[in-house]
Amino acid sequence: MTLLEFARGPALQVSLAVFIAGVLWRFLGALLLPWRLIPAEPRQGAPSPAVAALKGIIVKMWPLAPFQKAGLFTFLNGYIFHLGLAIVVLLFAPHILFIDGLIGLDWPGLPNNIVAMVGVVTAVSLVAALAHRLTSPVLRLISRPDDYASWALTFLPVASGLLASAHLGARYETLLALHVLSVCAFLVWFPFGRLMHAFLFAFSRGMTGIRMGQRGAAI
Amino acid sequence: MADNPTLGEWLSRRGVSRRAVLQYAAYVGALMALPPAASGALARGLAAARRQSVIWLSFQECTGCTESWTRSFSPTLENLIFDFISLDYHEALQAASGEAAENARLAAMAANKGKYIVVVDGAVSTKDGGVYSTIGGVANVDMLADTVKDALAVVAVGSCAAFGGIPSAKPNPTGAVAISQLVVDKPVVNISGCPPIAEAMAGTLAYLVAFGNLPELDHLGRPKAFFGETIHDRCYRRPFYERGLFAEGFDDEGARRGYCLYKVGCKGPVTYNSCATLKWNGGVSFPIQSGHGCLGCSEPDFWDQGGFYRPLSTSLPGLGPTLAGAAVAGVALGVGAAWLSRRHLKTFTAAPEKTEGDAS
Repeated sequence: MTLLEFARGPALQVSLAVFIAGVLWRFLGALLLPWRLIPAEPRQGAPSPAVAALKGIIVKMWPLAPFQKAGLFTFLNGYIFHLGLAIVVLLFAPHILFIDGLIGLDWPGLPNNIVAMVGVVTAVSLVAALAHRLTSPVLRLISRPDDYASWALTFLPVASGLLASAHLGARYETLLALHVLSVCAFLVWFPFGRLMHAFLFAFSRGMTGIRMGQRGAAI
Repeated sequence: MADNPTLGEWLSRRGVSRRAVLQYAAYVGALMALPPAASGALARGLAAARRQSVIWLSFQECTGCTESWTRSFSPTLENLIFDFISLDYHEALQAASGEAAENARLAAMAANKGKYIVVVDGAVSTKDGGVYSTIGGVANVDMLADTVKDALAVVAVGSCAAFGGIPSAKPNPTGAVAISQLVVDKPVVNISGCPPIAEAMAGTLAYLVAFGNLPELDHLGRPKAFFGETIHDRCYRRPFYERGLFAEGFDDEGARRGYCLYKVGCKGPVTYNSCATLKWNGGVSFPIQSGHGCLGCSEPDFWDQGGFYRPLSTSLPGLGPTLAGAAVAGVALGVGAAWLSRRHLKTFTAAPEKTEGDAS
């Protein structure tokens, strides 16, 4: 069995199984908890939970005024690599084929050169995020191994994908296999670390909005 | 003139000019991307060499490799067989049959001990003593061992000989294996492909005859001159791949416009061969040019890569049951975890009431 066969076969099979089981476990485990955790009655004039949740999700997409200047880099850089990852993952033709093979859905992609350019920007942005984390005393203090592992497992698929698309450093099939294996590692880690925020961020922000709304605090 | 003349003397005797040998050497040199000076060395090597005895063994194969070889355009079959090599044994091409044919093989082996080249097409059955493929009652595995023991080198032509090919595809009922798995004490060159390109076979043999050693090989034992780059790297449809323009089927607008065939399963990106440069039938066309994706036939286990029409970027088939099982397990774990949390919460919130009741 070649490395590429291993990556496309058993490795992908196991990692996707762990990913699906883990995500459903954490997702349902959180969503099936009692929603009304505050025993007190809502304040008079409090927005409905749905409105408060929506407001919580939308408002938190921008930093609050007092933090805008200090958090500008984190805010902008965060958007750059998140959008970059979305474009690279969802609009690169081979990735669309991969998703199509799994769930039977496909959509038009972007030319490879544009995706490659976005990939480079994403990789640079990820490196900048790590540099910021390492050089900021506060961020360094609150960082845990999970943060660094999540960063590495996000960066590796981007870097290996760029190398594979440019045929740099090794034979293409080896680069492709390493790229698939890095994605496998990403999938295995996803449900159990910070990466799960991709699914849970809307719910956590929504819950914050509901709690603040119920207490009559400005969201 | 000597009884065992050099090729130069032999060709001269047959009326082949020195100029023709130089042209041929230049052609082979260009095929193998040799430096310009090497063409002269190749010509001198060919002229000084003796006619090379070649024994061609056919095992678990379809004769497609021979069919391909007999269609090599330059050097022509006549040139190759009668001018540069002495094809002393080839079941499909020789006139002799039965014991006379086998005697020709044994005679060639005895006369050229340590000097002959063995060309093999087809995989070798090893299960149950190799009884599933025999010639004249002799198992292929035994004939191979007997023939290569005094050979100079072995050339495995075709993917069956090079990597096991179709005979070794799952479930491999005959225990078919590649030549390199059985021949470990002689140099083995793999010219893979189903079939291999004629010029790759002829060029490699010419190199062996002229220089007496093997050309530079890749990690799979294939001459880098012919297997150094992927089909994808040299494909004329590559610009469409880069622009994200793909044929979605074999009869859609994309196919008619000649777009990239990646989405319909082309394995060009991971297939090392010269199809896109040398092409077939004298440079007329190659599969992708004819509208079909590359099958990856020159790579190991190409038959078992999950389907010819399954895109390279997709997973291998068979994920469904595993992923469905994972989903069921995930739901069970999630519901279980939530239930435990609710129970814990209920106990936690009920505790103060119990305390108050106790106090009253």
